[in-house]
Amino acid sequence: MTTVPATAAARGPGTWAFRWIVRGLLFGVAGFAIGAAMAAAIRTAAGAEPWDFEQNFTLGYMVALPAWLLGIGVWERWAREWLGRPVADAGPSDWRRYFAFTLDHKVIGVQYIVTFVALFLLAGFLAMVLRVHLMVADGSVLGEHLYNNVMGLHGIMMIAVAVASLAGGFGNYFVPLLIGARDVAFPRLNALSFWLVPPVAILLVLSLAFGGFDSGWTAYPPLSVRNASGQVLFNLAVITFGLSSILGGMNFLVTIHKLRAPGMTWGRLPIFAWSIYAMSWIALLFTQFLAAALIMVLLDRIAGTAFFDVSNGGAPLLYQHVFWFYSHPAVYVMVLPGFGVALEVLTHFSRKPLFAYRWAVAGFLGILGLSGVVWAHHLFVAGIPAELLAPFLVTTELISIPTGLVMLAALGTIWMGRLWLRVPMLFALGVVFSFLIGGITGIFLADVPTDMALHDSYFVVAHFHYTIIGGEIFALFAAIYYWLPKMTGRMYSERLGQIHFWLMFLGFNATFLPMFLVGFGGMNRRVASYEPALQDLNVLVSVMAFILGASFIPFVVNMVGLARKSAPRAVANPWQARTLEWQVSSPPPLENFPVLPVVESHPYDYGGPAPRHAVLPGVEPEAAQ
Amino acid sequence: MNTLETSATMADEHGSAAAAADVPGHEGHDPADVGRFGLLLFLFSESFLFAAFISARLYLSGLAKPEHVNLSLGVVLTALLVASSLLSYRGLAALRRGDGRAAARWLSGTVLLGLGFVGGVAIEWSTAEFSITSAYGSAFYSVTGLHATHLISGLIALALGIRLLRRNHFAAGSTWGIRGCIIYWTYVDLIWVLVIFPVLYLL
Repeated sequence: MTTVPATAAARGPGTWAFRWIVRGLLFGVAGFAIGAAMAAAIRTAAGAEPWDFEQNFTLGYMVALPAWLLGIGVWERWAREWLGRPVADAGPSDWRRYFAFTLDHKVIGVQYIVTFVALFLLAGFLAMVLRVHLMVADGSVLGEHLYNNVMGLHGIMMIAVAVASLAGGFGNYFVPLLIGARDVAFPRLNALSFWLVPPVAILLVLSLAFGGFDSGWTAYPPLSVRNASGQVLFNLAVITFGLSSILGGMNFLVTIHKLRAPGMTWGRLPIFAWSIYAMSWIALLFTQFLAAALIMVLLDRIAGTAFFDVSNGGAPLLYQHVFWFYSHPAVYVMVLPGFGVALEVLTHFSRKPLFAYRWAVAGFLGILGLSGVVWAHHLFVAGIPAELLAPFLVTTELISIPTGLVMLAALGTIWMGRLWLRVPMLFALGVVFSFLIGGITGIFLADVPTDMALHDSYFVVAHFHYTIIGGEIFALFAAIYYWLPKMTGRMYSERLGQIHFWLMFLGFNATFLPMFLVGFGGMNRRVASYEPALQDLNVLVSVMAFILGASFIPFVVNMVGLARKSAPRAVANPWQARTLEWQVSSPPPLENFPVLPVVESHPYDYGGPAPRHAVLPGVEPEAAQ
Repeated sequence: MNTLETSATMADEHGSAAAAADVPGHEGHDPADVGRFGLLLFLFSESFLFAAFISARLYLSGLAKPEHVNLSLGVVLTALLVASSLLSYRGLAALRRGDGRAAARWLSGTVLLGLGFVGGVAIEWSTAEFSITSAYGSAFYSVTGLHATHLISGLIALALGIRLLRRNHFAAGSTWGIRGCIIYWTYVDLIWVLVIFPVLYLL
């Protein structure tokens, strides 16, 4: 493959940082106009009015999306090759590469992390708005329509954060480093996966201008087939996000299968890479069902199909089956990388080998295997045949066995260890504690009789916040505090980090433990108003939620502080960890390693006979510091 | 040697090519091997998309076929696809011999038969005795439409590949790009012959 040198204009110092984004947006708008006009022409030819918002918008978007991608950089870096022309290396090499179609997995990882942490803070702000609303019982603060829309937006944004922040961000940055590779297997596809995300954000925000999506993030028909046109934008957004997730999962699988360094056997694969591996299979396969469910809703709306239209032989329950066939495994897309980060941090900060490494891996693969056969526990009260109840009760509870293996590996690692309670370790311990509560309360929702009573109550809300915040968000912050010195070459304030942890940990438990009681009291999810008798408890939950929200202020201050010129420098290996990413400079150089590393022993053999996990042949060990 | 300096040297050696290549500096890894594994995973994933729509059809109508479909047209469509795949394998064999011109000719035959298939689906859609607004019609039109979308994207990829073959583009480098297109085409063929045709026409 040949390349032509970048033109002076493309790389010159005068180039505006946002030029690629602006060009992508212009291409996207032009593509949208073309697609919408095509739809209008087809409608006119068929003898109908030229303009039908949902049809024209959908076709417009189907042209706009590839046009945006071409504009952002697919043209220079990829599409030229399809036409037999040399690929142009038009990307910038300084800080502006963070705003461009860049191939370096570390840059893409940072793009993911910054995007999704910003999205997390925004969606968290929406949660604060919801808690203000819920301080009075009659639902008068926001009104029902606005409440439903804010709830839907909070839901889908947080789902996106939980799916993509650890896997897309830290997976991208650290999986190639951990396995001793120079990049992921398909760097261009990797960049494409990231640049599919901005259209998602644009569509979700734009949907509010067209009535929003009051069906919430689950988008159940019949409501999602009949509500305002904002639903169409929501569906297109989530289908696009699903595509990004599928391509990302495929990329990780090929990377881990094919690009491991010499000596990096499956039995020596760092546990975070294992968790990304198991997660990737779920993302690769099951996400298609989410796309299918949302495409069916879209077709019912714009093409006249009757998948969910009972009067024409359709069945709304079909949606719930197809949707949850993805959306339950999606929970493991969120928490598997969280488990991986937690185990990684626990072993380094306990200064002990990872306990029962093989059983933890077996746990990940067991979760992967069982994740596809539990979906119908979301449908226990939806009217599925009674003979399906017991099998899905059993399969759902079976999944606590592999999850239990992971938890036992975590506990066994801490046991008798010399714990080093720095900020990443605190967050990793937070994962173990919170996910335990999330898992135990899940048993009551897997059991059919208790689920009959608790379904769609705030008990469920409290339960899944314990699993997702506990399993993913705490792990996300563990990863941020663990790997930030490596990524930035600078050290954050330990004190602010500790304040962040304790405020967040206490605020989180004080918010969601009482929420179980609110659920026992019979408060329904997704409803703007509730029984006045529950108002006192809700005020308590709201006040505690504000403390949880405030805990991110020290985090933001800490992160902004890193940008100061005077911020303390981080050494190459501040945690004295054995894994590969710590054996190169902070931040790691382009293409990660001066020479391909050779792996000699298990990554977590603290106190074991092998002095090193890997060597860089020909490079003196102290040079890597 | 300082790590940063080492990496700077390395970037000079591989940097410009590596920045644009899909597999930058992955020493000892065959790009075709990596690419093939990725493509197969992606096709495995696409099977789940088809599986979702096929299970929707089975969920809505069970094993019954409530509407009358044009079986003879379906047989013709199937024959067209199988023949197109066979031509593509002749193209593959020509490619292995290093005869790009012959490969382009065989693959042009694949594209022609593929276009014939698209035309057949258009006839099917315009003459079907049932509409998209019934439950079975929803499944039938969406599954065939989904398959036709995959097929058309395969046609575009093959057309671009033939253009490159004619311009002798692959003479110097790997032919993985065009071989990938043929794998994709085989998948589109297989999913029709093994799943869609039996479920929609034979059940």
